[in-house]
Amino acid sequence: MRNALATLCLGLATLLTLAPAGQAQDGPLRIEITDGVIEPLPFAAPAFIADTPAASQYAADIARVIAADLVGSGLFREIPEVSYISGLSDFDAAVNYTDWKAINAQALIAGAVNLSGDRLTVRFRAYDVFAGQELGSGLQLSGTTDGWRRIAHKVADTIYSRLTGEGGYFDSRVVFVSETGPKDDRKKRLAIMDYDGANVQYLTNSNDIVLAPRFSPTGDRVLYTSYESGFPQIHVLDVGKVQRRVLSTNDAAMTFSPRFAPNGTTIVYSQSEGGNSDLYTMNINSGQSQRLTSAPSIETAPSFSPDGSQIVFESDRSGASQLYVMASSGGEAKRISFGQGRYGTPVWSPRGDYIAFTKQNAGRFHIGVMRTDGSEERLLTASFLDEGPTWSPNGRVIMFTRETQGAAGQARLYSVDVSGRNLKPVKTPDGASDPSWSPLQN
Amino acid sequence: MSSMKTVIFLVAGLSLAACSDARWDDTNSGSGGAGLSAGGSLHDPSSPAYFREAIGDRVLFLVDQSSISPTAQAILDGQARWLNANGDYVVTIEGHADEQGTREYNLALGARRANAAREYLISQGVAGGRIQVVSYGKERPIEICSEESCYAQNRRAVTVLAGGAVS
Repeated sequence: MRNALATLCLGLATLLTLAPAGQAQDGPLRIEITDGVIEPLPFAAPAFIADTPAASQYAADIARVIAADLVGSGLFREIPEVSYISGLSDFDAAVNYTDWKAINAQALIAGAVNLSGDRLTVRFRAYDVFAGQELGSGLQLSGTTDGWRRIAHKVADTIYSRLTGEGGYFDSRVVFVSETGPKDDRKKRLAIMDYDGANVQYLTNSNDIVLAPRFSPTGDRVLYTSYESGFPQIHVLDVGKVQRRVLSTNDAAMTFSPRFAPNGTTIVYSQSEGGNSDLYTMNINSGQSQRLTSAPSIETAPSFSPDGSQIVFESDRSGASQLYVMASSGGEAKRISFGQGRYGTPVWSPRGDYIAFTKQNAGRFHIGVMRTDGSEERLLTASFLDEGPTWSPNGRVIMFTRETQGAAGQARLYSVDVSGRNLKPVKTPDGASDPSWSPLQN
Repeated sequence: MSSMKTVIFLVAGLSLAACSDARWDDTNSGSGGAGLSAGGSLHDPSSPAYFREAIGDRVLFLVDQSSISPTAQAILDGQARWLNANGDYVVTIEGHADEQGTREYNLALGARRANAAREYLISQGVAGGRIQVVSYGKERPIEICSEESCYAQNRRAVTVLAGGAVS
């Protein structure tokens, strides 16, 4: 356990060069991570400068979204505006580093917003305050006003990347199941939102049970299971057009637990016939399917490796559910989970380095991660019922479903850092379950 | 001051078109397992009400299990006799699980349970073509506490009558 943590952080440390305040000339400003304990990097993000009064609301809001993204990652700490000694009034004027040093802002984010018709143009610069220099070069982003949050997320992703050396994850979306009503009459419908809970939109009505939506590798389509026909069957939904169709070759068979392969054309899923669930793949263009497993046990919850060559899945062939890895064409599977309890819903990280899973042991549920060979198992959460992990686009954060106990029990989305830090709820209008995180948007 | 690189992101049109419920048909699936809800008089042994209440429309299972207990056998024996005597009916057996376990596993487990009940009815002479199965996993609990007393009621296979002669 301790080793796993150390290894992970060592991996990061090579990317995240330690840069003590005042010695930044030795290297760029970077976040300090030591053995899993992080000291959040203090930054200031004053309201962006509005070119015209009409742009001032966007200028303020964009800075707030950027700050919320950075703080929400758990890697940054914002210096509140009340501490500021001086403000920024001219985007192109020289920065008075002394005033920002005095309040210990290691990074300063400055920006300007121009509004022309419904077109927003945002310029920004990030500064390494103690080195007294810019962090990378300034950037300009444009878009229409209804996309202002995306512009802010892109700025935050850029700053996150410059300060961590890793890809960002803020300009991304989450598809999930929105839940209303009591436990014995729960209404479920597909919904999609920005990763931070903004811009929720519903993709289906609540007439039929819908379960476990999964994004395509490009984020344009979603696979999910619906009881629209009276039986659980896999559907694919075009997110932009909000058009959907059933993917089934056999009306008598239940199909569920689908996921895309990295090629975006092949899917893997469970099909249940005669009470027995096995894994199949299907080309969703041709409808051609192929059976991968043929065992009397339950085989479900499959997930492809990022290179598409392997599939991790859960099976109770040993008696209780465990995790197995096999070639994506089927064949012999290798068991990778050996700890106490039962393992399910494995999901390969987009980086390929870890598999996240649900673990049930001694009356509790956990979200955990392990290496793809099953080594270095680490539990990140514990509660009455945690399940269904999904990875952020950069493989740093895991979102999952947490359901509370009892007759009034309700499902909510939570996120946690892959190191186990920064556990927190994700804002949704109602109950929510089964999140699937999109790739970074283009 | 370093030069300003320009990157244009086309944000317009990337947000979803707003969508209302009116886009979807109001077709209802059998998610509640309603089947024939009224079903005649409890005193009429050929009525769906008699099947449901007097014989018993459901059998229960142990944690993680799908084997048919002696108690469940007695209920399914009664169901089989009724179905053999009332040949116009077809049934859907709904398999369910309690909330312990992941969604995917419970879907598969519910399918196992529904199929175990189906196989038993077939062994008692009911034609397989009359019996459909569907699993609801943990999606449709009838008891909502998070204790074994509720879980025991939720680990069930329910035989729901459909079609046939309504008396």
